[in-house]
Amino acid sequence: MNMRGYLLRKFIQALITVFIVIFMNFFLFRIMPGDPIRVLIRNPRISAGALERVRDQFGLNESRLVQFWIYLRDLFSGDLGTSFNYRQPVLDIVMERVPATVLLIGTATVLSIIIGVLLGVIFAWKRGTRIDIIGLSFSLILYSMPTFWVAIIMVMIFAVYWQIFPLGGMGMPGAFYSSYWVELASQLRYMFLPTITFALILIGEYVLIMRSSLLEVMREDYMLTARAKGVTNRNMLFRHAMPNAMLPVVTLIAINLGFIVGGAIQIETVFSWPGLGRLMYSALTNRDYPVLQGLFLFITIAVIGANFCADLLYRYLDPRVKS
Amino acid sequence: MKNEHTENNPLISVRGLEVYFAARSGFFSSLVSRKTSMVRAVDGLDFELGRGEILCLAGESGSGKTTTGKAILRLLEPTGGEVFFKGEDMNTFNRSRLRRFRQEAQIIFQDPFESLNPRQTVFSTVAEPLEVNHLTRDRSEKEERVAEALVDAGLNNPRELFMRYPHELSGGQRQRLAIAGALVLKPDFIVADEPVSMLDLSIRAGILKLMVDLRDDKGISYLFITHDLSLAWLISDRIAVMYLGKIVELGSADDVIKTPLHPYTKALVSVIPVPKRVSLIGKTLLEGETPDPVNIPSGCRFHPRCPEAQPRCSLEEPVYREVNLKHFGACHFI
Repeated sequence: MNMRGYLLRKFIQALITVFIVIFMNFFLFRIMPGDPIRVLIRNPRISAGALERVRDQFGLNESRLVQFWIYLRDLFSGDLGTSFNYRQPVLDIVMERVPATVLLIGTATVLSIIIGVLLGVIFAWKRGTRIDIIGLSFSLILYSMPTFWVAIIMVMIFAVYWQIFPLGGMGMPGAFYSSYWVELASQLRYMFLPTITFALILIGEYVLIMRSSLLEVMREDYMLTARAKGVTNRNMLFRHAMPNAMLPVVTLIAINLGFIVGGAIQIETVFSWPGLGRLMYSALTNRDYPVLQGLFLFITIAVIGANFCADLLYRYLDPRVKS
Repeated sequence: MKNEHTENNPLISVRGLEVYFAARSGFFSSLVSRKTSMVRAVDGLDFELGRGEILCLAGESGSGKTTTGKAILRLLEPTGGEVFFKGEDMNTFNRSRLRRFRQEAQIIFQDPFESLNPRQTVFSTVAEPLEVNHLTRDRSEKEERVAEALVDAGLNNPRELFMRYPHELSGGQRQRLAIAGALVLKPDFIVADEPVSMLDLSIRAGILKLMVDLRDDKGISYLFITHDLSLAWLISDRIAVMYLGKIVELGSADDVIKTPLHPYTKALVSVIPVPKRVSLIGKTLLEGETPDPVNIPSGCRFHPRCPEAQPRCSLEEPVYREVNLKHFGACHFI
């Protein structure tokens, strides 16, 4: 199939997925127990008339279908609605938090992919030796630990007992720095714990997948054929084994993005990191439907976009996908 | 052609070749005990392969045929014994000699869907051996040699195939591509590990004829590994029958098939399918499975399944000896 037809088909598939998610997001949050207005007003003795007026103001007295129609109509004109809690446009609130999360998730993901793939290759190459068994055990332990728990333990050790890193946040509020470098050093100190914690959580899985994928490839007959033809160990690894073994890892990275966001909620909450994860947590507790919808839409588009990129990368990595 | 290969100057001679594997035990048992049991995959082999000869290693799966082939090519380290290649002891091969050996000896595998890297084009599959062995840098010369190898392997109009991937070829074409990848180095010796057993019957004959033609034209010797005795009879000069890591019988193809000595060979020969003769009366059907090579039976390793077994067989291992002229066997009663 030609490239344009393939792209078009994939794009239409992505659009359909996004629409289904929009539909589900809208009704899912409204099934949740709890009344957003009650959370918003915070006054248990408010008069019934006043409550009605606030409901009217936010359009919550319309039927759900009408609400959905209004939501859709506004969405297509680029309006994600107004937050119940912040009284600001959702788009502005979300966009304000994006850089912090991208910084955290991006750094942790890149770090964990590089280290995870590297360790996976080493363990596979040294299969059955002590280093492999120890590394494998650690990867399994890291992979099975709950994110929030690791985060709390890290805070306890490095921020409470040893006090070498700050408890949380993204920087000292109101601080002035003598130079750019001092500011950068301070930023890095704040970034260190959440990023390392997140990377640790992710590394285990990448190590396990890379190792097993590489071991599988190394058992293939074409690896023995290559050796029989005089290909060196290094080239067998880099030219034959790695490209074939990377396929499952690429898929995993793309699929993982959704779970990474879930992990970001826990990490950002524990470390008070002002990103999308923490915004989602507070929006959830406040029943801030428009923010939740906006966030879910944003995440959906990000995950679908990543999978789209993975599909394209797959075509490059695996010639069999082309036909 | 036959019988003259094995004389004084063999291409390969194998003396007492042994390949043992540590049996894989589970993770936890390996923590508890240090004891490892051994799988004796190849347990003392002696044979010679003449120049331009096709020698078949026949036997059931698990008999150690493939391990023998890989050990001779040093794709895995033998545990013991010697292999002489063109008179040189391969145990003394250093890195550069081993690299040179890689150009002289090649392997073709059973399944062409697994023996070709799915990410390599036809051209790069065949050109890679030239590149890694630094045989040519010149692009047009490389193309010339790749095209030549493809034609030798029976793939006509090779240049149209250069940019194809293995998945775009048929099974027969893929096996020819694997053969071309071996031929491009102009080897003297090829281990063919069940090279046609995954192919359709209609394609088999073509591949087998190609291999025999290459022997006749280029003097390539084959160690042809198969479980199919009728195929062995068809293609080979001599047949060695393996059972549980040992050769139980070796002789010219006609001798082994027409006058088998060993009860195991007799049983295998009696079940070679013959057109229009479907009755199983008078045929020796072996009972049971090949034993686990971790626990090889005492005495003659075939005695638990042998229809002619005597009490002596479980106590004493038979000597492998020349029974008739150039026809060897290992049994007390031949």
